[in-house]
Amino acid sequence: MTVAILAVLVMSGLALALGAALGYAAVRYKVKEDPLVEKIDAILPQTQCGQCGFPGCKPYAKAMAEGKADINRCPPGGEAGIRKLAELLGVEFKPLNAETGQTKPKSVAVIDETLCIGCTLCLQACPVDAILGAAKQMHTVIAKECTGCELCVAPCPVDCISMVPVSETLTTWKWKYPVTPITVAH
Amino acid sequence: MDIQNYLLILVGTVFVNNIVMAKVLGMCPFFGVSKKLETAVGMGAATSFVLTLGSGTSYLINHYLLGTDLAYLRTLSFIVVIAGIVGFTEMFVRKTSPVLFRVLGIYLPLITTNCAVLGIPLLNVQAQHNFIQSLFFGFGGSVGFSLTLILFAGLRERLDGADMPAIFRGTSIAMITAGIMSLAFMGFSGMVKP
Repeated sequence: MTVAILAVLVMSGLALALGAALGYAAVRYKVKEDPLVEKIDAILPQTQCGQCGFPGCKPYAKAMAEGKADINRCPPGGEAGIRKLAELLGVEFKPLNAETGQTKPKSVAVIDETLCIGCTLCLQACPVDAILGAAKQMHTVIAKECTGCELCVAPCPVDCISMVPVSETLTTWKWKYPVTPITVAH
Repeated sequence: MDIQNYLLILVGTVFVNNIVMAKVLGMCPFFGVSKKLETAVGMGAATSFVLTLGSGTSYLINHYLLGTDLAYLRTLSFIVVIAGIVGFTEMFVRKTSPVLFRVLGIYLPLITTNCAVLGIPLLNVQAQHNFIQSLFFGFGGSVGFSLTLILFAGLRERLDGADMPAIFRGTSIAMITAGIMSLAFMGFSGMVKP
């Protein structure tokens, strides 16, 4: 009987000690992650196109959270994206920075498969691995994965990649954001 | 207990009584995370760390806390302690070295359920090792685990590109490869005299 009590005591002591150690560690080694970066990153369109001058959406979000970058450097996000960022960060809306590019209708890259020579250059340029193919084999774009960042257009030596706007169908149509003109009070 | 003894334990656990190839423990991570060399290295490093620490602590618990009266609590207490160590390590690494956490992070929770991590402390008890021997046994065992995991990952990366019948592709050829590897490791058993 005493052995059984001892066993219970040993196990509960062990569990208590480990629980205390883990609880202490959870407080002592708490990692502070900036939740703002995640929120900004969620607004950005995740095209990873680099038109903002940063290597991807996450680095741009980080720079914005630290106040090192302006909110108007994301052409794929368009005006709606800038408005959301302005609202989140509590700053004035400003039009898209012209040097980063223009907002275009959402489009996907399409490879003219009769012209493709299978050089794999566009494969290496694609930031989201949306192009399928191998050396000396025809390549093709997985339209569902393509973010329309246009990074594959420039490297193609035979110019067989074109950007085709995505037309609205019954399955892709979404409610538009309400556009209300902002009247400036004088 | 001289240095030769410890070296013998190291060589014995890494090659002769390899935890994966000879004792067939830790099969889950052996097949699960050996698809890429990079992940195999990460898993190997994380397991080495936890296993060495785990066998040391398990020895202390077994020797000072359990003794012979409470020997039946070994499995239970070892699991609890190992889970605690893994949890603590995860938090500690996350705070102190974000780079290391990015490499090992996702593998650390997986180690809790790795049977090799429980098997080595139990084998330690069976072989009646002292504290230093337990540490060496744990370290050697984890090095052996990492070695086989990395070798196997390298083989599987090559096999991915190989031209083979469809029914052999993927896990089936991995199983066959593991079997042949195990046979190859049997060659080491003549190296050390018992």
